[in-house]
Amino acid sequence: MLTILLDGIAYGMLLFILAVGLCVTLGLMNFINLAHGTFAMAGGYLTITLMQQMGVPFLLCLPAAFIFAAVLGLVLERTLYRHLYDKTHLDQVLFSIGLVFISIAMVDYAYGANQQIVNLPDYLTGRLNFLGASIGVYRVFVILICGLLVISLQLVLTKTRFGSRLRAAVDDGRVARGLGIDVTRIFAVTFAVGSGLAGLGGALGTGIISFDPTFPLKYMIYFLIVISVGGTTTITGPFLAAILLGVADVAGKYYVPAVGGFIIYTIMVVVLIVRPQGLFARAAGK
Amino acid sequence: MSMITSPSPEAVQARAVLLGRSNWGAAEIAFWILAVACYWIFPTKLSLLSEIAILGLVALSVDLVLGYAGIVTLGQGAFFGIGAYAAGLAAKHGMGTSLWSDPLIGLFIGGGVAAFIGFATSFLVLRGSDMTRLMVTLGVALIVDEVVNQMKWLTGGSDGLQGVLPSAVLGIWDFDLFGRVAYVYSLVVLFVLFVIARALVKSPFGLSLQAIKGNQLRTRAIGMPVNARLIAVYTVAAFYAGVAGALAAQTTQFASPDYVAFHRSADAMLMLVFGGAGHLYGGLLGSVIFRTMQDVLGNITPQYWQFWLGVTLVALVLFVRGGILGLLDNLLSAWRRKGGAS
Repeated sequence: MLTILLDGIAYGMLLFILAVGLCVTLGLMNFINLAHGTFAMAGGYLTITLMQQMGVPFLLCLPAAFIFAAVLGLVLERTLYRHLYDKTHLDQVLFSIGLVFISIAMVDYAYGANQQIVNLPDYLTGRLNFLGASIGVYRVFVILICGLLVISLQLVLTKTRFGSRLRAAVDDGRVARGLGIDVTRIFAVTFAVGSGLAGLGGALGTGIISFDPTFPLKYMIYFLIVISVGGTTTITGPFLAAILLGVADVAGKYYVPAVGGFIIYTIMVVVLIVRPQGLFARAAGK
Repeated sequence: MSMITSPSPEAVQARAVLLGRSNWGAAEIAFWILAVACYWIFPTKLSLLSEIAILGLVALSVDLVLGYAGIVTLGQGAFFGIGAYAAGLAAKHGMGTSLWSDPLIGLFIGGGVAAFIGFATSFLVLRGSDMTRLMVTLGVALIVDEVVNQMKWLTGGSDGLQGVLPSAVLGIWDFDLFGRVAYVYSLVVLFVLFVIARALVKSPFGLSLQAIKGNQLRTRAIGMPVNARLIAVYTVAAFYAGVAGALAAQTTQFASPDYVAFHRSADAMLMLVFGGAGHLYGGLLGSVIFRTMQDVLGNITPQYWQFWLGVTLVALVLFVRGGILGLLDNLLSAWRRKGGAS
């Protein structure tokens, strides 16, 4: 029981790290980016390559994945994405699905369609006893890292100058621009950090979820659920949504495997209908 | 006050505009003649051709929702799959002899069940932003996918629905191995439904949909029942997709969870966007190009196909507005302007 709960929390935290960048993209630029999973996949496959082929230690792979995905995000944002901010949502959806297809094909070409499995270092395998429940060391590791990230994200967002500028830009981009805040630059930075976090999530995820080239498509739905249930105006909303989704998914697969997915999708549709702005978000002022 | 007054010149003009919209152009007639001629031009590719006709019908249904009413949907594949399973089950339990396995009745069963589900879920897409609609339609499609996969006793689960044996079309033409009957049958169904859709979008009803797409608030303000119109078009589109699914199940004599999978919805939308939304022909043209490309590139390797599909999409969004038909439109008007100046 407690094992499932902790596994669910670890999974949920991972989902949050993967999806948080998407919240900002959607909230800040009102941009529907279905290709967010591509950055996570980039981080995941970089980790796999570094570890399996070059023998780089796992802990070094994590920052490497972050930087790789962040740079990738920055380059794509500056070259392609920025042309699409003022286009229709349909164009944005098509464009990002196109990117997903390209990335799937490229990874498939380079690595093959097989699932990739990473051999974790010894100190991260094995199980711990925690309040009578047994939990994998790796999951504790994930919870710790993601917990630290969530706290630091929240601190950056609430305590720093950059954070207040970002919040201002999310709340009302036009007014923020009028006050002299360089929204475009903030957005580029945030996009890069969001992509980097997705890459880091992908690297962390190699120990929990199996990677194959269809990853961006498979997890796109999870990211979208996190965002639509959590809303895009806060960090805490998506965080709670991600934890909820993680626990529900793990518990659902364990207790009622037949209807697990069904329940999650139904909840998503119901939340979208009843509270389109998200379960935890305040109603938009605009 | 006389009861009969001669119509004002404005009314006469408006009438001429409304009626003139429904004239058939030479290009349209040529398109359908070509579609019929394909039967003799590509006698070895008939099953591919009937697949294209079916995909074209799905793209047409997306066009009604997206191109005319402006609802961004990623869930049209759900109705396709529902239609396929409904018609497939009917044909299977009709054992190829009773009325249940009659193909035409099967079309109505597939379309009807899909339309019913479409009507029931249409209330979900009335509110919210593009993003919400996208998520809701996607969510509905995922739920249908899940249900089909789990109800093994009815649908055969991931093995698919085996033993779909429709009887002969109109009791005369049996489905053959080469897909001759399948192509003619699919093309005729596509044509009939196309003519109906054409009449629909050229009618004042169709105009009102375009008005809703343009500006929902203002359309509501001039007294248009926006919600009723959206529900109507969503239901009709679900019917179309359902009929397409029924056609697919009958011509391939099979239905599998692949028919309700996410990529069905995405593909249908992509085909429409390839061809150009809001033209009716966009979906048909898009399905021809899409499926041909898939056949040619997919034969080299499946990865190439997906890669080039992605590249085409990105290029389309960045450089070409409105798909192939939009491009043709622009070229044509540019050419006319040039011709007028010289």
